[in-house]
Amino acid sequence: MESAPPEVLEDKPSGAGPQPVHADDGRDLHWFVDKAVAAIVFVGGVSAIVFIIGIFVFITSEGFEFIGGAMDWKEFFLEPAWRPTSDSKPTYGAFALIVGTASVTGLAVLTAIPFSLGSAIYISEFAEGRYREILKIMIELLAAIPSVVWGFIGLTIMNPLIIETFDVPIGLNVLNAGIILGLMAAPIMTTIAEDALKAVPDHYREAAEALGATRWQVTWRVVLPAAKKGLMAAVLLGVGRGFGETMAVLMASGHSINIPDGVFDSVRALTATIAAELGETAVGSDHYQALFTLGILLFVITFIINLSADLVIRGIRKT
Amino acid sequence: MFEASPLNRRNKRIERGMSALYLIMALILIVPVLVILSILIIKGGPAVSWAFLTEDPTNGMTAGGIFPALIGTIALVIVALIASVPVGVAAAIYLSEYAPDNWLTRLINLAIINLAGVPSIVHALFGVGAFVLFFEFGTSILAASLTLAVMTLPVVIVATRESLQAVPQAFREACWNMGATRWQTIQRVVLPNAISGILTGIILEVSRTAGETAPIMFTGAAFFLPFLPEGVFDQTMALSLHLFVIATQVPDVPPDLPFGVALVLIGIVLAMNSISIAFRVYLRGKKKW
Repeated sequence: MESAPPEVLEDKPSGAGPQPVHADDGRDLHWFVDKAVAAIVFVGGVSAIVFIIGIFVFITSEGFEFIGGAMDWKEFFLEPAWRPTSDSKPTYGAFALIVGTASVTGLAVLTAIPFSLGSAIYISEFAEGRYREILKIMIELLAAIPSVVWGFIGLTIMNPLIIETFDVPIGLNVLNAGIILGLMAAPIMTTIAEDALKAVPDHYREAAEALGATRWQVTWRVVLPAAKKGLMAAVLLGVGRGFGETMAVLMASGHSINIPDGVFDSVRALTATIAAELGETAVGSDHYQALFTLGILLFVITFIINLSADLVIRGIRKT
Repeated sequence: MFEASPLNRRNKRIERGMSALYLIMALILIVPVLVILSILIIKGGPAVSWAFLTEDPTNGMTAGGIFPALIGTIALVIVALIASVPVGVAAAIYLSEYAPDNWLTRLINLAIINLAGVPSIVHALFGVGAFVLFFEFGTSILAASLTLAVMTLPVVIVATRESLQAVPQAFREACWNMGATRWQTIQRVVLPNAISGILTGIILEVSRTAGETAPIMFTGAAFFLPFLPEGVFDQTMALSLHLFVIATQVPDVPPDLPFGVALVLIGIVLAMNSISIAFRVYLRGKKKW
């Protein structure tokens, strides 16, 4: 109400009144706040890159001395003898651990593929309305169960079940961990696969239906071929999930260093080895650094898996 | 003329068969969850009581309750949220409102995917190397929570970005036309319309954070501590690690005790998830555009 009446303003030539210094280019307080916020959210955005580089730098710097010194590359990748606590001559052969991880993950993905792709096809192509929502929510809840609870289930429910059903002496083995991991990897595979199916344009389906194809023929001949790459990405991400799983594998696989002959042998995984042994090592010791070297291996492999899945998905978006 | 030919009928049968087959496959994924939940409830239910939730573990963790572990998990989740939500929301705002479509944005998206894909035990190694040793936080709630925060950052970013992008572009354009700056538009128009979606994401993050075990094993969670942490530089017990410890490391634990812990843990996680899902469904029903 203190401001001058409009007539007074009209009398003055424009720009001559008491105005902000840079009134012309709009540099008032709001302009500076806007720029400041832009800078802050940019830092937030870049933080993801900083963290991923940070992870690599920190685990590499902890394991660096070992890689350059005590590590024998040939032994590390090809010998199954992981004896880091041996008094006479500790050996760091990670081959059995790699095979352990691969066998468990392999079985997990093989069991998960039909069920998760089947669920994805059902949800995307056949289910309707409320049923689709309920199925999706159930799959989401399946994904939410913590890994340590899965491990506990493997230990207390699957273990006696496998011993009884197959009449084997021990139920903590590749089969147990594979099934548990399969159930853990299935939700992510289902979700990604469903996204891939949903990304197939509806006019593909309509064109096929107009020619008299049944819904199954549409799915089998049109939708699945069109979504092939996305389904591949789903499987890749499932592999990544199984590969990096720690607690469930530690508790359900039996955790014994072993090259398995069949699904009833106990194995030990890369991730589980780190989880079980890191607490007992002295910071900076060879053993400690060897565990970080396993971490580097895990990081690099999951990085490659995620990168390829991303490239596959990006390929779809472009076409 | 419109009578179904034998071929039509055959195709129809195949379609029905395939539909049933895939429904069964979906059910095979879902039934285990229900079976597991019922087993946990049947076996762990009797162990869970008010005393179980509010008493300390006794007799070398073979009896008593889970109070310190429960409090520890809550403390870890709160500190992790304080660290990750601002960063995650900022990142999402950048990606949704500012980021141009260039190599840097693609790199950020790739980093987010990888951050989510890195094994939890590698996050643990990072936590040990970075927070425990380099920044000298020691094994503490702070180190463990920061490790969890880095690990669950993608959850916040993805959920927030999605709810920001769900706000129609016309809302922003209307605001810009009134002469508002980018930030004023975000603050007054975009965020208020997206806030419930962001909350859904945060609840989801709580659920993820509470269930994680590997990242906190070496960064701040202790096997057994008979007292509560007093600050962020203390160690703490945590529910998830407590379940692992009494299930595998402690001899002579009565069988219903770990089932009780598992039930409480999965109860918290699934409750959080259900709240998040219910919230989402409710919001979708309410959406005006």
